[in-house]
Amino acid sequence: MSGSETVIREVLEANGRLPVSALTLSDDDDLYQQGLTSHASVNVMLALEDAFDVEFPDVLLRRDTFKSVAAIRSALTSLGVDPESSDRVS
Amino acid sequence: MTSDVDEFRLALFEAGLLAPTSTAGVYHRSFAFEGIVRGVESFVSAAGQDAPRRQLYLSPLLDSSALAASGFLLSFPNLVGVLTSFTRPEQDLPELINRVESGGDWAEMLSPDGLALVGAACHPLYPSLAGSEVPEEGLLYQVQAVCHRHEPSDDPARMQSFSQHEFVFVGCEAGALAHRDMWLERGVQLLEQLGLSVETVPANDPFFGRVGKLMKASQRDKAAKFELVAPISSASPGAVTSGNFHGDHFGTAYDISLSGGGPAHSACIGFGLERITLALLHLHGLDIASWPAPVRSHLHLAL
Repeated sequence: MSGSETVIREVLEANGRLPVSALTLSDDDDLYQQGLTSHASVNVMLALEDAFDVEFPDVLLRRDTFKSVAAIRSALTSLGVDPESSDRVS
Repeated sequence: MTSDVDEFRLALFEAGLLAPTSTAGVYHRSFAFEGIVRGVESFVSAAGQDAPRRQLYLSPLLDSSALAASGFLLSFPNLVGVLTSFTRPEQDLPELINRVESGGDWAEMLSPDGLALVGAACHPLYPSLAGSEVPEEGLLYQVQAVCHRHEPSDDPARMQSFSQHEFVFVGCEAGALAHRDMWLERGVQLLEQLGLSVETVPANDPFFGRVGKLMKASQRDKAAKFELVAPISSASPGAVTSGNFHGDHFGTAYDISLSGGGPAHSACIGFGLERITLALLHLHGLDIASWPAPVRSHLHLAL
């Protein structure tokens, strides 16, 4: 599991209010089908921004951006986050 | 330079249809204006007589705990209105008197009293169903409420106090979607009978702030909300009616379950009575006596 992925799962675990553990989900599991609500996805977004010191631009403020661990990783990579890095900024 | 919206607002004042107050977006209305509002209500309501529906004028006051439970507070914190009152002991009264007389901040002496103003007509309905079981084929309602949204504006299409007339379904998912789609089509037909040229467009609610953008995008991705738009206070079209599929949002929030198991889904279509009235005035003119006879007849305005 790459560094950023661990952080993504921790953020989901803490903010996603999922009925299942985010640590055991597969990369491509649909988080919305797993119970991620719109409000919880907003909390996840804010926590990811905090953890990786990035700001999601308007173009990424879409439902699809947060639909799976893989989708979140891909969005973060597009913002310059090194997928191998586990350094949390804060 | 005055805009079209400003011109229309001033023309409404001059014709005596609306009267301004000291607060943007808050108006008094003439009996003639209210007569059109009630005519639209009656016209729309008649279309809902095709099936047995529980019919309620819902109170414009809502238990403020419902604001949090429904998610309305977090999604639209800038739009809510919560009532306050003097709940302190009598010994604090001199301080209140002092502040009123000195022009001080007396509102600070008041505290939330547990009531909020209704933000959308169907919102008080769901708490009344809390913990209940509804049939798969659904419960049908026709409701109306005076709503408040805190959005001061000089555009008469954006009043701070307005009436929504809604047809609501609470039941299975397929039934909720079918209800919304049937009423969107019916809404187009009804509004066209009044002469309005309406268009059905995908829409989103005005979720607050930057994170609200995600909520808006999510709502659009799910094709949850459609609006019927027409020119209201200028040539630029605005929503006169909206059709909303809520999914199981309210069913989950209020523990409303389906008889076959799982949370209930819901949908509503809301006719904005003042916006439709304004759109008619914008289209047919401020001299109501000269409106087309069929329109006057549909609205039960004296011929």
